[in-house]
Amino acid sequence: MPVNGPDDNPQKARRFREAALPYLDDAYTLARYLLRDKADAEDAVQECYLRAFKHFDSYRGPAMKPWLFAILRNVCRAEYARRASTPTSAIEDAPESAEATPLWHEAQETPEAQLVRRFDGDTIRRLIAALAEPFRETFVLRELQNLSYREIADVAEVPVGTVMSRLARARAMLRSAWLAEQEQPK
Amino acid sequence: MTCEEAEVLLHALIDGELDAGHAREVESHIADCAHCSALLGDYREMSKAVAGADLRYAAPPELRRRIEAALPQPKQTPNRRSVLRGFALGSAVSAMAATGLVAIVLRNDDETRIESEVVSAHLRSLQAGHLTDVISTDQHTVKPWFNGKLDVSPPVIDLTAQGFTLIGGRLDYVDARAIGAVVYRRRAHVINLFVAQTASTEHHAARITTLQGFNIRRWSDRGLNYWAVSDLGADELAEFGDKFDAAMKANTEG
Repeated sequence: MPVNGPDDNPQKARRFREAALPYLDDAYTLARYLLRDKADAEDAVQECYLRAFKHFDSYRGPAMKPWLFAILRNVCRAEYARRASTPTSAIEDAPESAEATPLWHEAQETPEAQLVRRFDGDTIRRLIAALAEPFRETFVLRELQNLSYREIADVAEVPVGTVMSRLARARAMLRSAWLAEQEQPK
Repeated sequence: MTCEEAEVLLHALIDGELDAGHAREVESHIADCAHCSALLGDYREMSKAVAGADLRYAAPPELRRRIEAALPQPKQTPNRRSVLRGFALGSAVSAMAATGLVAIVLRNDDETRIESEVVSAHLRSLQAGHLTDVISTDQHTVKPWFNGKLDVSPPVIDLTAQGFTLIGGRLDYVDARAIGAVVYRRRAHVINLFVAQTASTEHHAARITTLQGFNIRRWSDRGLNYWAVSDLGADELAEFGDKFDAAMKANTEG
């Protein structure tokens, strides 16, 4: 549905296209990992671009990519809320308390000095998708989108210290899952 | 530094986010600690595996099209209503001009219908396995393929050097008759160039319109009507048309 408003003009649309559309694959990738559903990801990215266009007049920075991601993240959170209210498709992610568990409780249980093996893309995707939500988000923003800690903190609206601890937890959990996957008989 | 601290900070070390002072502290801890050193090795290896595997997703063309279609389009051609309004306001319009105006309005309607048909044909072509009947980047393979299938011989020009890769040809149906489609690609974007015969031999300058989020560049030259349809931006589609015109000119003159 076309967006209409008094300030809409072709020049604005052209500037927006040039600034925002190059990040379409990035936004879609983030949405796929956040929502873990193809159709939902497409809807979220479309909604993100429409919102971004609406607010493009007031856009002064930061860089375009984190700005789009912050909008996309809010769209995805609304989608989580919708799923949570639908009993049949409730999300299964870890409760808030998961984040409060001290890191070393897990880390010391993990096996030592095992060399991690390379997996194919599908296996790695599956392992990342299995991470609980805040950790998956932080991991994808860092490892797949190459955002700095500061940028991740802005997108996720948390302090940089939280980004560091989430990333440490994300990688520790991924490492455990990774090593467990290697144990699987083929 | 304790292992607990190092286990968090070594990630910042991997990511290049530590200042020099802290980096030295973490490194000196790791040098003396087999546990943290092994972890660092694992995490580096994992990051390399993650970076090496292609874990990103490409946005589907349909999503790009939907977003494009929702944004205001660059150039709006006057629609039929505004043409009629202009007519009603022009009190000095003669009867002769009025007749001509009606003809223009009717012809526009006809053109709009055909444009919507070429967009539909373009959409059909994007479905799996429908894009090309003859696949070749060689114009000398694609052009003869059309022989005997159509009452016209569509010009097939290789524009690879100009940034538009010829990928093949196809028979399509527009306005209830067979029509030639020459298919080009620019990055991930497909351009269908539809070519049909016309009774008129006059030259019509190119015009770009937008329909359902697709850009259409329409022109006529030497007894042929052309419609280039793509989800490319209007500027790049105009560039395609210019390159095509230039190559046609070079062909006929050379």
